[in-house]
Amino acid sequence: MPFIDDGFEALTKPFYNGKKLTDPISAVEDKNQLLPAFLKVKGLVKQHIDSYNYFVDHEIKEIVRANRIVKSDVDSSFWVEFLDIRVESPENVGQNGSTTNPKVTPQECRLRDATYSARILVDVAYTRERQKIIRRNVELARMPVMLRSNKCHLYGANNAKMEIMNECPLDPGGYFIVRGTEKVILIQEQLSKNRVIIEADDKNSIITASVTSSTHERKSKTYVTLKKERINLQHNVLAEPIPIVIILKALGGLTDFEIMQLVAGSDARYQDDFEINFSEAVVAEVFTQQQALEYIGARVKMGMKGRPARGGPPQPRRSVIEEGLDALANIVIAHIPVEGLDFYPKAIYVAMMTRRVLMVRHNPKLVDDRDFVGNKRFELAGQLLSLLFEDLFKNFLSSLKFNIENTLKKQHRAIPADPLLQIGAQGKHITEGLNRAIQTGNWTVQRFRMNRAGVTHVLSRLSYIAALGMMTRISSQFEKTRKVSGPRALQPSQWGMLCPSDTPEGEACGLVKNLALMTHITTDADETPIKRWAFTLEPPAEPLRNFSGAEMHKKGTYIVHMNGTPFALTRFPKKFAANFRTMRRRGWISPFVSINVNENLSAVHIATDEGRICRPYIIVKNGKPRIKESQLRMLQAEKVTFDDFLRNGVVEYLDANEENDTLIAGTEKDITKATTHLEIEPFTLLGAVAGLIPFPHHNQSPRNTYQCAMGKQAIGAIAYNQFNRIDTLLLTMVYPQRPMVISKTIELIHYDKLPAGQNATVVVMSYSGYDIEDALVLNKASLDRGFGRAQVFKKYAADLQRYPNGSRERIGDKDPALEKNKALSKDGLADVGCMVESGQVMIKKESPSDTTSSTIGMERRVEAFRETPISYKAADPAYIDKVMITQTDRETQLIKVQTRQTRRPEIGDKFSSRHGQKGVVGIIVDQEDLPFSDAGIVPDIIMNPHGFPSRMTVGKLLECLTGKASIVKGRRDYGYGDAFRSHPLEEMSAELVDAGFSWEGKDYFTSGITGEPLQAYIFNGPIYYQRLKHMVQDKMHSRSRGPRAILTRQPTEGRSRDGGLRLGEMERDCLVAYGASQLLLERLMTSSDAVTLDVCQRCGLFGSKGYCNTCRSSQEVAKMTMPYAAKLLVQELVSMNVGVRLQLEDEFPHPR
Amino acid sequence: MAPSSGRRAPSAAELEERNTVGIRKEIVTNTVSDDYPDNYANEEHAWDKEDFRRTFKVQFHQNDQFEAQFSLIGVDASIANAFRRIMIADIPSLAIETVFVNNNTSVIQDEVLAHRLGLIPFTGGKKGLRDFMGFWRKPGPEEDAYATTFDTNTVSLKLAAKCTRNKDAPRDSRDPKVLYDNAHIYARDIVFEPLGGQAKWFSGEDTIRPVNPDILIVKMRPGQEIDIEMHMHKGYGWDHAKYSPVATASYRLMPKITILQPILGADAEKFANCFVPGVIGLERVTRQEAKTKGSGYEGHEGELKAVVKDAMRDTVSREVLRHPEFEGKVKLGRRKDHFIFSIESAGQWDSDELFMESVKTLKKKCGILRPQVTNMVQTF
Repeated sequence: MPFIDDGFEALTKPFYNGKKLTDPISAVEDKNQLLPAFLKVKGLVKQHIDSYNYFVDHEIKEIVRANRIVKSDVDSSFWVEFLDIRVESPENVGQNGSTTNPKVTPQECRLRDATYSARILVDVAYTRERQKIIRRNVELARMPVMLRSNKCHLYGANNAKMEIMNECPLDPGGYFIVRGTEKVILIQEQLSKNRVIIEADDKNSIITASVTSSTHERKSKTYVTLKKERINLQHNVLAEPIPIVIILKALGGLTDFEIMQLVAGSDARYQDDFEINFSEAVVAEVFTQQQALEYIGARVKMGMKGRPARGGPPQPRRSVIEEGLDALANIVIAHIPVEGLDFYPKAIYVAMMTRRVLMVRHNPKLVDDRDFVGNKRFELAGQLLSLLFEDLFKNFLSSLKFNIENTLKKQHRAIPADPLLQIGAQGKHITEGLNRAIQTGNWTVQRFRMNRAGVTHVLSRLSYIAALGMMTRISSQFEKTRKVSGPRALQPSQWGMLCPSDTPEGEACGLVKNLALMTHITTDADETPIKRWAFTLEPPAEPLRNFSGAEMHKKGTYIVHMNGTPFALTRFPKKFAANFRTMRRRGWISPFVSINVNENLSAVHIATDEGRICRPYIIVKNGKPRIKESQLRMLQAEKVTFDDFLRNGVVEYLDANEENDTLIAGTEKDITKATTHLEIEPFTLLGAVAGLIPFPHHNQSPRNTYQCAMGKQAIGAIAYNQFNRIDTLLLTMVYPQRPMVISKTIELIHYDKLPAGQNATVVVMSYSGYDIEDALVLNKASLDRGFGRAQVFKKYAADLQRYPNGSRERIGDKDPALEKNKALSKDGLADVGCMVESGQVMIKKESPSDTTSSTIGMERRVEAFRETPISYKAADPAYIDKVMITQTDRETQLIKVQTRQTRRPEIGDKFSSRHGQKGVVGIIVDQEDLPFSDAGIVPDIIMNPHGFPSRMTVGKLLECLTGKASIVKGRRDYGYGDAFRSHPLEEMSAELVDAGFSWEGKDYFTSGITGEPLQAYIFNGPIYYQRLKHMVQDKMHSRSRGPRAILTRQPTEGRSRDGGLRLGEMERDCLVAYGASQLLLERLMTSSDAVTLDVCQRCGLFGSKGYCNTCRSSQEVAKMTMPYAAKLLVQELVSMNVGVRLQLEDEFPHPR
Repeated sequence: MAPSSGRRAPSAAELEERNTVGIRKEIVTNTVSDDYPDNYANEEHAWDKEDFRRTFKVQFHQNDQFEAQFSLIGVDASIANAFRRIMIADIPSLAIETVFVNNNTSVIQDEVLAHRLGLIPFTGGKKGLRDFMGFWRKPGPEEDAYATTFDTNTVSLKLAAKCTRNKDAPRDSRDPKVLYDNAHIYARDIVFEPLGGQAKWFSGEDTIRPVNPDILIVKMRPGQEIDIEMHMHKGYGWDHAKYSPVATASYRLMPKITILQPILGADAEKFANCFVPGVIGLERVTRQEAKTKGSGYEGHEGELKAVVKDAMRDTVSREVLRHPEFEGKVKLGRRKDHFIFSIESAGQWDSDELFMESVKTLKKKCGILRPQVTNMVQTF
């Protein structure tokens, strides 16, 4: 393994909680050292990267191998074969394909709005004029490259190399850069494929076994349903439910006795229940396989029949029997391949589904839980890309074939048909397809009729944590609007796999989840060698093919399943599983293959498929953990890695299913004789984002959830390269600090290197009344000294377009006479360091007024330009931070200007501690007015004590106390607040007393206003406070007059359009109830969209200029004021043939 | 103080009780000031100059240039607090107010650099700072930007540095300070440029200079450069913390520990450990004490007993109140009129000068208030 300097090195070197090489090591206490070792090998985003690597290294080759030959129907001697496919590393490509810069870095792509992609090369063999030609390294398309994958230039780069590439070494990677934006393919959660799920509907006493078959060709769902005692099989391709016996008869012509045995075995209960189904077949007069196939074939849906393969010639009509055969062989339960018309495996499968339905009928507890994590699969970037690529590649092949055949059809060709040209031309559709999918997030796979939106998201760079949190995010396929609690609830099997705290509030609650710290998602492993192992194991499993139903269902016989498909039998399941595990621990089988024994179903399940979620544990044998001091010494000395522990049988990965077979001890003292595994570290049940919270186990659970949402909004350091980036919006803190109280997670994810917040001296007391409802009191002197100071960077970009007629946009000269051009320099761009105010021009862009008419053939005319400048919009001034001129990969000139504002906290800005306790600044107080302690300590923040009782955030109190003790003693190793292993409070209090502070952290304070002592002792100490991105400056808004919407002439809406503040329905109701009619009139008409109109009193229609066009008179035309919207309504109604007449009446009629 | 009819003089014990802030386990009692007439019925508490002269005391505990501790005994909390507040916010000092950035290619943004510079404390010839330098006024919108800038209210500073590679650096060196010249720019690199009459006041030892020359301002790498000019003005702490002449100025009340019942043996040691070292001493019970009946020491001759040695060092951590064995044996309090001031100067003023200046300022403020009070009385 190449040594990857990914920033974790510092942690493993001096044993990360301050242990030195000479310190004694206890195997049990220091087992947590495995955690950094794990993260070094696997890391938080390694699942994305592993998955992508697997795709570009293996999966893509499989896809091409499966579809490698294109043959022509026109010329039988012509063929094209794809021998191999490779993905290169990203390089810069010039206009004519020449490589100008051999290496393109991700940062360059971000700045230049380019796509970080690499060439896909293929080796092709084809015939030209009956000659076989082999061409190697033909460019097929371009593949977006995942950052830090093995195709990326960042792969294996150390800090120095990262610095040269202008990349942050702490950046997690795992995302793509498409057209300059960073895009993440979120992990997609879905129900596992090719597994039978049994569900019961108690209301209608329906029991259903369903299986979603998924192969490369198709996806389909098959149901076996028990309804009113009868069992039917349902499938989309079948017009109506088919009695199960007919299906089983069709599958290989089994006799009734064989069917009975296959389904019920020798169990009389199941036999009795199943028996009735035979009569169904009798009623339908189906006795033979032939009849069964006819019966089924007749019910295969039209439209599915004889569907020609795309691009192929129409196939001849097939007989009904053939239809039935085809449907059963290829469409129903498609993942069980039928080879050479041997239907027995499929019959066993259908019988198994039927049997499970019957079992549930007798024991309703045997239903499956959809929400059980073991029944879920997680789709990662690699899998999604492979789906997309396969589809695009197949489309590519068919259009390749189509185009070649077009040339082959021509009788007299000037040049021989050369597929190479076509490959280049058609290949760009693959490039476009991949880019478009990642850019828009719309995943369209035609052959599965899959159309998923929102698969990708823009990587949030609000803070380091926001970006990291996005990489571990899992989105569920469930409907957000449906009111179901099951999928949203916390599942016990999520323990250690998914973070229990990190989920959004509101509609996506519980549907969007996050990975826990030590979770790994498996990639596919080949099942054939494992099957072979199973047959040679001691005791061996015996192939299922050799047995009849009676033998399969005999008591004590267990069916061995491989990825949900039965394939063998064993009489000794426990021993079989134990030996299987031994082999896995020795490293002979992939560590991610899981095995578990299900006693209820008499089944042994082996899983090798991708997308299972798993997690490492220490193996315990005979009540003793297998981890030894010597091994940890080796780890400390960097002689071994986590993989060695895996290979030596010290740790192993367990997936959610295998966990059911184990007894896992949380801590060493919980180990008993029966214990099989030991947790590496209990706090890893939380995710990376929840790991920021100190003492989370002392907080009320929702508070941790709130913090998980807020930690992502905290302003802080984003990345080491933050000042080299030009993002649309970039928020950074001027003086971020490492939290006083940290956790192991913080060190592991390097939050201490890219922090987002500051340690504020907090005093918990009431002050001034401007602190109600969670408002905070801030010390003005602290703000003067830089507390909470943040910078806001904004991007303004201009892409200089070229038009088909040859004209192009340009940067114009500065007109120094105009005030708005003050910030511009001679080149028409704003100068770095200049202050820009609202309305000032930053990029003096000019567009040609004529972009269509061609100048060819005419004499050169003088081009006219109009100004289309990019100017500064915000009300508060900013400084120009950077100006960048570059060229995009579309050869247009790109100018980016970044502005900078430095913002000091003001009243209304939002702050939050790490315990879900947010608040806005209520008042800023002079230092001399604030209370001070004996030691002269003046608070930075005063927090109202009412924030505590209802929120129950005891963790915050502990953070304060622990932080205070570590400050007082100057020891950073005190400040650990990990879940379940935090520093004991008594020690902290003892330190405080030793330093002359109070035991409970409450000290004597003096009022700064009166100078007299405060009558209560005040709880005080450092608490880490985050400044959140919500700032009044971006939100405050008012208007007295301003723009109006064109259509309704009412004031525009929203701050960005300088809109009015709406007097809404409820407000209107208040005024109506109060009787303030003149105020209402003013608000709703005069100040909104009043218009004076001429209305004809005779016809009731609108006139104009005092004249009624309908009545051709001006006699009875009256002027009146009404809302323009009302006038518009009348006219719109008239336009759709609804006559509206206005009848006018004097409110105060003249006395006659 | 002449006792008039119906007036009574409070007993010494009563006075002591009144003058003590009670430190209980969970609350602080008797915090409110009572130092004004008629607070206590039938007692004479009118302010008396002679009385004040007799009782008022100032004791210095420490008087270094930048740090001073002294006791102010015999004044009310409002007066002591006024001094504290004035020291923080109302004593003028000189700080960088305007920064002219000619060039700044370092990684630190102009605003942040300016902010950092503003917070650097400066010092210089005291006489010049106090007498020669006046206040700067911001020019009006119609005025020239420098119309109000003179040598008597503005100090000009310069900081120009360019980071270059150090050609003589050893090959294996990785320390940027060795590899590059001017990699780190410190406060000492700021150059004072005397204007007009300033040369007379601020030269030689009296030159305007940062108090702490080692304050790091900016780190640079080869090719980066800063070239800035700065204007310093006088300002007040209420305007910006950078003008505050103190790092902090605060006071605490004199702790009072009364041992009510004898604390002996192991308890005594534990008792002493409840306080910061030096507060409680351990002494052997003398024969004399052991003989005295009702003293509580009977039969404990030679054992260790706890005695209050230096109450001033106590931090009032109330640890002793937490232990049930000391319940009823000790009483904690603080003297209401004994203020132990602690002043940390930021450098422009000496710490003791600061206090005197605060007295002067308070006097001046009173001088302003006085005619207004008189006028007020006349109007009604």
